[in-house]
Amino acid sequence: MTRHTLSVLVENKSGVLARVSALFSRRGFNIESLAVGPTENPDLSRMTIVVDAESQPLEQITKQLNKLIEIIKIVELDGGAAVQRELLLVKVRAPLAERTQVLQTAELFRARVIDVNTDTVTLEATGTPDKLQALLAVLAPLGIKEMAQSGTVALGRGPRAMSGAGTLRPVERSA
Amino acid sequence: MTTTPNEAATREAAEALTGVETTARSVAESAAEPAAGITGAQSLVRSLEAVGVDVVFGIPGGAILPAYDPLFDSAVRHVLVRHEQGAGHAATGYAQATGRVGVCMATSGPGATNLVTPLADAYMDSVPIVAITGQVPSAAIGTDAFQEADIRGITMPVTKHNFLVTSAAEIPQRIAEAFHLASTGRPGPVLVDIPKDVLQATTDFSWPPRMDLPGYKPTTRPHGKQVREAATLIAGASRPVLYVGGGVLKAQATEELAELAELTGAPVVTTLMARGAFPDSSPQHLGMPGMHGTVAAVTALQKSDVIVALGARFDDRVTGELSSFAPEALVVHADIDPAEIGKNRKADVPIVGDAKETIAQLVEALRAEHAAGRTPDLAAWWAQLDDWRERYPLGYDWPEDGALSPQYVIERLGAIAGPDAIYTSGVGQHQMWAAQFIKYEKPGTWLNSGGLGTMGYSVPAAMGAKYGCPETTVWAIDGDGCFQMTNQELATCAIEGIPVKVAVINNGNLGMVRQWQTLFYEGRYSNTKLHAQEADGTPKPVRIPDFVALAEALGCVGLRCESKDDVDAVIEKAMAINDAPVVIDFVVGADAQVWPMVAAGASNDAILAARDLRPVFGDGQV
Repeated sequence: MTRHTLSVLVENKSGVLARVSALFSRRGFNIESLAVGPTENPDLSRMTIVVDAESQPLEQITKQLNKLIEIIKIVELDGGAAVQRELLLVKVRAPLAERTQVLQTAELFRARVIDVNTDTVTLEATGTPDKLQALLAVLAPLGIKEMAQSGTVALGRGPRAMSGAGTLRPVERSA
Repeated sequence: MTTTPNEAATREAAEALTGVETTARSVAESAAEPAAGITGAQSLVRSLEAVGVDVVFGIPGGAILPAYDPLFDSAVRHVLVRHEQGAGHAATGYAQATGRVGVCMATSGPGATNLVTPLADAYMDSVPIVAITGQVPSAAIGTDAFQEADIRGITMPVTKHNFLVTSAAEIPQRIAEAFHLASTGRPGPVLVDIPKDVLQATTDFSWPPRMDLPGYKPTTRPHGKQVREAATLIAGASRPVLYVGGGVLKAQATEELAELAELTGAPVVTTLMARGAFPDSSPQHLGMPGMHGTVAAVTALQKSDVIVALGARFDDRVTGELSSFAPEALVVHADIDPAEIGKNRKADVPIVGDAKETIAQLVEALRAEHAAGRTPDLAAWWAQLDDWRERYPLGYDWPEDGALSPQYVIERLGAIAGPDAIYTSGVGQHQMWAAQFIKYEKPGTWLNSGGLGTMGYSVPAAMGAKYGCPETTVWAIDGDGCFQMTNQELATCAIEGIPVKVAVINNGNLGMVRQWQTLFYEGRYSNTKLHAQEADGTPKPVRIPDFVALAEALGCVGLRCESKDDVDAVIEKAMAINDAPVVIDFVVGADAQVWPMVAAGASNDAILAARDLRPVFGDGQV
């Protein structure tokens, strides 16, 4: 299995998320991460979906997704042709004696302190999934009390845009 | 056509129906007039009129009730069915017989959930229907209110699309979009769920509304380069087969298909969904492929070097074990739905497009190939095909116990009612025999539940087909198991003046399941006997139900036939009755089997022409 990132422009309507997630489960695909948010166009939302799949079944799931009426366009964003980021909030045990170590680690990973109290520090970090995983590995021995992580969001590199004219080549349209 | 009082009555009924249709059309024009200060329900009915609906099959209830008030005065006729499943299948039968969009209507909760089976059925068979359901008032949605069901959520996986209407102003647009989605691209069912308060709200109406479907752009025009590549492949094939699916009927591409067949000289096979797309009388037609297809059709695909799939989807019932299906064939796969191409079988030349346009362009491209001197010689292929066809024709044995043969009944029915009649069927042995032993010559004359395999389809589908084609004889060929699922719609037919004819192929069993039990479960007939039986399993000499009495109770003429000598007479008697629905109870043997057969999951190479009869294919000769 290989990871694929699909960037999906959808109509900003209720029920679209249910259609997409139901389609994945019905066809037996596991969604690794899913992020939905607004776009520059208020009528459209962007879903960034990370799936583990071989390329042949991925083609089928893409075609099936394309058949959903409210899906406008699907582009696979992979490798060097795209930038990908996740957001991590992590609450780390940080008594005074160990606080410096926590803060130094945060600095190394360009994470920011967004909340602090006598026992813990809450850090905010963004990056590729690999970078965040590395940060968590370093923080783990210090004691992670709680964490929340977003799905991946991604954009293609370069001047082209998915929603404008002359855009990335979309996956073939459907009936 | 000889004239009997019954036929005169039918014609009158037909004219009455046509009259309604004409009125609906003239209303359609006036309905385009804008209106202010009307209710959502009025807007809904005006929208249905404007979009050209002539009939709605449905049942009212609390949440949809506001819509039934303006419907009362509308030129759109409403057929009051006895169960919502009947409404759904009737809409499907109407759509399949007429090529127009079928419409069904139900209330919220159980009314809507009863539509789920026909929606799933129409989804699998790509039939254009629109279902309109009432929903509990907006404020009550999500509160587990009386008769609340999330029908939009429930039907997401079994509809092409569905809508929950949130304001009365949206109604014309949603109806227009629903009909557009249902009938274009790959057709399919669309559900429109409308809360009661939306139906009651005050709104303005104008037609036509603006449709807003930015993500919906079906590709209908095939890619020219792909078409030329396909033509080159076909022109160079020595063992081609045209594998014709239901998409050819949906696209009304049978004339183009006939031209393509003539030009290529290639053998044609028509799937269960495509029976009637190519005349059975043509010598180029090898019959139906698949699990119960003819030996010639199954084997032709299996041994072919080029398969030209037209509006077909390589269903498991056609391919058998996929990995050993047609191992030497290159595949040209033309379909309107790109997701079907490469889904089951790799396509060497994929063509996305409407079948009508694709086949027409393929004909042109092939003419160019032929003009360039590339004309294949299929003589050796035909010699082989004819040999298979002659050695393994479709056939059946008479039951040893002297019981009536179900195949004979169906064969005679087809011969007497002829190729102009419409035949619907349920699901099981009788369905396969009806696909095998009736000779179809015309599109839209064979309606069945192919993909979902819905028992109970035939009677309500026949009702819808007869409504849409009042001057055509419509026969529902049903099994006794299927018939007991939806026969209540005969009351609808009797009361609404829809004189369908039903042939119940009554073997007292769930015949197809029994056949599998015979073949694969050592004859252990677990729960397949529908007839009353003694403790030791022998049938009791009572009829439960008595189908003749049941038919009469439902307002139909009930007839019975138990011997070969009476078959023609009883069919002719039924043919002569046109002022009421007719049911014939054909009491047939329980042990007749459907052959040929490829066991589920087996390779098509393992086809059996009859029990324990493995054909000799002359492997190595081809």
